[in-house]
Amino acid sequence: MATFTEWMVPVLVVWLALCLSGTWAVDRSNFKTCDQSSFCKRQRALKPGESPYRALLETMELTNTRLTLQLINDNNKVRLLLELYRLQGNMTRVKINELKPLKPRYEVPDVLVREPPTEPLSVLSQDENGVVLSLGVESQRVIVSAQPFRLDIVEGHNVLMSLNSRGLLAFEHLRMRKDTQAEPEAENKEEADTAHQAETTKEEEEKVEEGMWEETFKSHSDSKPNGPSAVSLDFSLPGVEHVYGIPEHADTLRLKTTDNGDPYRLYNLDVFQYELYNPMALYGAVPVMLAHNTQRTTGIFWLNAAETWVDISSNTAGKTVFGKMLDYVQGSSETPQTDVRWISESGIIDVFIMLGPTPKDIFSQYASLTGTQSFPPLSSLGYHQCRWNYNDQEDVRSVDAGFDEHDIPYDFIWLDIEHTDGKRYFTWDPHKFASPKDMLQGLKDKKRNMVAIVDPHIKVDSNYKIHNEIRSRGFYVKNKDGGDYEGWCWPGNAGYPDFTQPDMRAWWASMFSYDQYEGSMDNLYTWNDMNEPSVFNGPEVTMHKDAVHGSWEHRDVHNLYGLYVHRATMEGLIQRSGGVERPFVLTRAFFAGSQRYGAVWTGDNAAEWDHLKISIPMCLSLGLVGISFCGADVGGFFKSPSPELLVRWYQTGAYQPFFRAHAHLDTPRREPWLFGPENTALIREVIRQRYTFLPYWYQLFYHAYRTGEPVMRALWVEYPQDPATFAVDDEFLIGRDLLVHPVTEEGARGVTAFLPGKEEVWFDIHTFQKHNGAQNLYIPVTMSSIPVFQRGGSIIPRKLRVRRSSACMEHDPYTLFVALNTRRTAEGELYIDDGHTFNFDNKEFIHRRLFFSNNVLSSVNVAPEAQFTTKSWIERVVILGASKPRKVTLITADGHKSQLDFDFDASVSVLTIRKPSMNAGEDWSMALQ
Amino acid sequence: MFWYLLLLWGGISAVEVQRPRGVPLSKRPFYEENKPFTCLDGSRTIPFDRINDDYCDCQDGSDEPGTAACPNGNFHCTNAGFRPTFIPSSHVNDGICDCCDATDEYNSGAECQNTCRELWRKEKESMQKLAEIAKEGFLLKQQLIQEAKRGLEEKQTKLGEVQNSKKDLETNVEALRTAKEAAEQPEKEAKERHLKELLGGVDKVNTAAFETIWSKIREKYVSEVRTQTPSSNTDGPAPVETPQEEVREPVSDNDSEPYPDDDIPEEEDEDEDEDEDEDMDDGDYKVTGFDYILECLPIFTKSLFSSAAQKARNEFEEAERALREVDDQIRNLEKEISFDFGPSSEFAYLYSQCYELTTGEYVYRLCPFNRVSQKPKYGGSETNLGTWGKWAGPEGNVYSVMKYEQGTGCWQGPNRSTTVKLTCGKETVVTSTSEPSRCEYLMEFTSPAVCQEAPDLEVSDIHEEL
Repeated sequence: MATFTEWMVPVLVVWLALCLSGTWAVDRSNFKTCDQSSFCKRQRALKPGESPYRALLETMELTNTRLTLQLINDNNKVRLLLELYRLQGNMTRVKINELKPLKPRYEVPDVLVREPPTEPLSVLSQDENGVVLSLGVESQRVIVSAQPFRLDIVEGHNVLMSLNSRGLLAFEHLRMRKDTQAEPEAENKEEADTAHQAETTKEEEEKVEEGMWEETFKSHSDSKPNGPSAVSLDFSLPGVEHVYGIPEHADTLRLKTTDNGDPYRLYNLDVFQYELYNPMALYGAVPVMLAHNTQRTTGIFWLNAAETWVDISSNTAGKTVFGKMLDYVQGSSETPQTDVRWISESGIIDVFIMLGPTPKDIFSQYASLTGTQSFPPLSSLGYHQCRWNYNDQEDVRSVDAGFDEHDIPYDFIWLDIEHTDGKRYFTWDPHKFASPKDMLQGLKDKKRNMVAIVDPHIKVDSNYKIHNEIRSRGFYVKNKDGGDYEGWCWPGNAGYPDFTQPDMRAWWASMFSYDQYEGSMDNLYTWNDMNEPSVFNGPEVTMHKDAVHGSWEHRDVHNLYGLYVHRATMEGLIQRSGGVERPFVLTRAFFAGSQRYGAVWTGDNAAEWDHLKISIPMCLSLGLVGISFCGADVGGFFKSPSPELLVRWYQTGAYQPFFRAHAHLDTPRREPWLFGPENTALIREVIRQRYTFLPYWYQLFYHAYRTGEPVMRALWVEYPQDPATFAVDDEFLIGRDLLVHPVTEEGARGVTAFLPGKEEVWFDIHTFQKHNGAQNLYIPVTMSSIPVFQRGGSIIPRKLRVRRSSACMEHDPYTLFVALNTRRTAEGELYIDDGHTFNFDNKEFIHRRLFFSNNVLSSVNVAPEAQFTTKSWIERVVILGASKPRKVTLITADGHKSQLDFDFDASVSVLTIRKPSMNAGEDWSMALQ
Repeated sequence: MFWYLLLLWGGISAVEVQRPRGVPLSKRPFYEENKPFTCLDGSRTIPFDRINDDYCDCQDGSDEPGTAACPNGNFHCTNAGFRPTFIPSSHVNDGICDCCDATDEYNSGAECQNTCRELWRKEKESMQKLAEIAKEGFLLKQQLIQEAKRGLEEKQTKLGEVQNSKKDLETNVEALRTAKEAAEQPEKEAKERHLKELLGGVDKVNTAAFETIWSKIREKYVSEVRTQTPSSNTDGPAPVETPQEEVREPVSDNDSEPYPDDDIPEEEDEDEDEDEDEDMDDGDYKVTGFDYILECLPIFTKSLFSSAAQKARNEFEEAERALREVDDQIRNLEKEISFDFGPSSEFAYLYSQCYELTTGEYVYRLCPFNRVSQKPKYGGSETNLGTWGKWAGPEGNVYSVMKYEQGTGCWQGPNRSTTVKLTCGKETVVTSTSEPSRCEYLMEFTSPAVCQEAPDLEVSDIHEEL
């Protein structure tokens, strides 16, 4: 048909493209850029220069616990109050608030585990332009400069950190609205400029800028009844080129400079199909940044729960390696320096400066402020099988049976939102899940567990008990006009309980008791999704900032909401067992301190290779700020993985802390046995590997609980003086003894793993081949390869008898893998308790130190005051890097000696000692002669 | 003393044959008491006291048949009163009862009951039922095979007839074509002139681009039409056992015609194979679609198509249509004759039948060898859950599963598809449907055609030995 001339074709192609195609990516226009967030735009417009703030030294007061000092903004004469604390454990707290705010400003509660204990400060010297204070430790001092105001923390001759050195301290004081609302459009600048300033003479008139008193984004308007209230402060880090942390972002481990784009944003959001390698906000926010160089690690904890943006710049960022070398040769190098700047929409400045000096000091400093990772039940470290959705009880039964049929262990099967009666949480679909207790009992009979989702949006439905109770008790978040706030989420119209209220949380927790939560049993645990909170029809898919939580705006508490939901749920699970059983609760949204309540995952990722790769830096970043129990949806949530991607993802996820496969409702089924016998075998093998390492994972979590040290670790944490480790985020350590370099490239034939440590040797856990540290090692791979190495000098207890679930392995014997270092020594631990109660807190556990030196392997009790007995015994000792002994003698606690059989494989220098058979909780030693 | 089966439990039966725990009787000779044991893979020889000593010495796990020590071992449940079985060693003493004789949990503290006889009783009952069904079903199947044979013969005869009549029609078409072309010559010249004037001299037309655009417009347009008009094939209440083809034969002119408002992409492919020319007037939607284009592009007027040659054209087209119908008939017959209806054509009776199942929300409809669809019970349009793909049973039992593919697409998901599992039954019915994975449906379907010769009711593997 000669109907169309060429000129019409392009028009139609465009029209058709619009009609017929869909693109796959986040809709960025749903989320604000800094420019679209009025306070960020306002604050970012400030350029470094002389700060208008001056310290009024004559107002200084020094008590035993703190120093206070007033600051004045010479432009508007508004006074601020600076509080400076020296905290125990080498930390300094700097708090800045208005001296006399019109009304109180929000100070984040419930995140610090206690009021941090202080140490005395003393004045070393003082003149008209400054004060020098001693920080007690070594030669550390704080120098307070009066004009312009700045703080420098120094040690000896080195400046560790400077505050307001670039003059970017800004504090938008609360003020009366000047136009008294005659014109709701606050855009008439001329008029507004004539406004009076309550307590000051007018040196510079306050400008009313667009967005100060009202702000719109897309179709949403923010009424901003309190006007502008942002706070901002800059920090300079001399000698620092690497900064980390401030999760959650889908970005590299090492944070990038933000000069050429938006700052990193911290604002808990439900981002549909998030993009990688950018600073956009995601589901959680932990305002903690770590700075590191070969000399020292420091940290900044910016305790503010409002929308926050973080700018990072560096004087070396633009330089090439060659440029840096040239600087060095010519001696013209300036000290590398990283400058960061924090901007928050409301609240106060409350910042904790953690001075290290080692990475582990930072972890313990931060843990002393916000607590440590909760100690999870052992079973939750096993494999989790999830899908949106397992359709009904029969589906659950048949998936459960599938694991047995294919001899694959798992501990938890999960139910997403479709299990409920019409998205009413705490209920069950009467047809599909008619007898939940039968289902749960069926799982329990196999020593397995279930997780069911409970989200914080509550269907507005007068026939729904939960809704009626919350409404009648006045527990819902209110809208700006005082009514119950309502938004759209899965159930349609929904209310959002105000989890910031302690009595609301107590009530919520009580809903998990067995008599309230019908159909629940002790092997049912909980998953909190959508707790950013997600509001489908809200601005940026979340709650309006002018919604009201008691006397505070949502603006003030936003990033805390998810933490509170998680906390209340966790408390519910503890209470239902009378405080006996450890809870397991997974959350999507989080804040500083969320580690105390359970696990997090990286949200709705996608079945793409890059999403597999990013799971590593995302979890590493969370680990650095205390949240150890992290994982990504294995296989990818959106879209459908190729079998190769799925297998590689299992191989990666099996070596990450939280190991759960999950899939979107619209994707084809992907239980491990659906991709042919070969792939089933590969997946079975890697899940079984996970289970053999459960004793090691468990003791690492015990340590994380005790010390705050991350379970999954960035390499630089263990090798802080080796710059080659500083930006590594394609491999990671589990504890300090396992190095994992997952295969994350499609069609990979090999990977190049960096083996850190000049002194170290590393043993391939599969072949027992020994490799020297401080090298890039090329490892050819096949589909079954998972490059994992055990550090020479370590002892790792494993359980090689893999069963249906972790609970089935409780009494099974251990195999000790002793990897010798170049000095022919090794050291490790063995931690055992009941795996599921809080009795470990009452000293009911076994904690032993295992060490090998002078050809003797011994087990000694490091917690003699603790009491626990185990049926587990030592079935085998495998010594890597050994030489062949003539005989091996076991000496038990009662002094009895016996000869042990052994095998020696000379080709890889592996000595396997057969069946020493002593109980794992006893003293013993074993001599190689 | 570790390895004696059940002796610790006080001896349950007098017929027990002593052998290490977890070893089946058939392998007993390999485990000779107090003699060195060679791993069954021959890899090494170990002292007899290392058998079942709870340490894995053999790579194949053969030294630990009765413990959980070997990762790849198997434990033999004797299951006296039921049937013996192997379980993975990892299930031994894990606190969960696996063997019905409870022998797998001898040291875990789990309290397991011996359920073998009860299991046997239940299984026997259900097997008896199944056997009865199979017996009757198998008889029915023989009839089906006979019918299929007859049907095939009839069709072959008919094919011969139709092929003969085709020759006459072809002659007729050629004659009319010559007449038409002669009558059309003046009109054609006029048309070309007309076109040039209208398009201002543009005579080069990007026909390839046009085709792309055209097919998309048509797709979109037709899909709009589809969602607006109710499905046209609701020609009978369930159960629909009337042979569709008979009802539809008068209007049928190609093999997907019974479902004119679905399957447009497939149909189009076929059209392109069949039609060498671009004639746009065979098929309702095309005419409608074409009208639509005419409205969009007013430079073309219908007048182009009305001319004095219309009569000759009509006659020619009429003849051509008759020829096409015969072609279709031949194709359909050939297709049916060559169709894979099972080893003895026992599934042939399902051809052109439809079977429905009504659930809470939907009416599911299976038309074997054609398509599967789903329609909301209380109004709404029908969704194609897949068209006939292939027999997809496991090797050795290929005719136990049917696969229907390429149904309506899902948002961000695959095209809908349906797996139909066939089991032996006296009646031909859809017994259940489910959607185990989004847009992947599963249907259970019973038919006598799947029935196998009734198994011997004297089930032989009942196991009494210990």
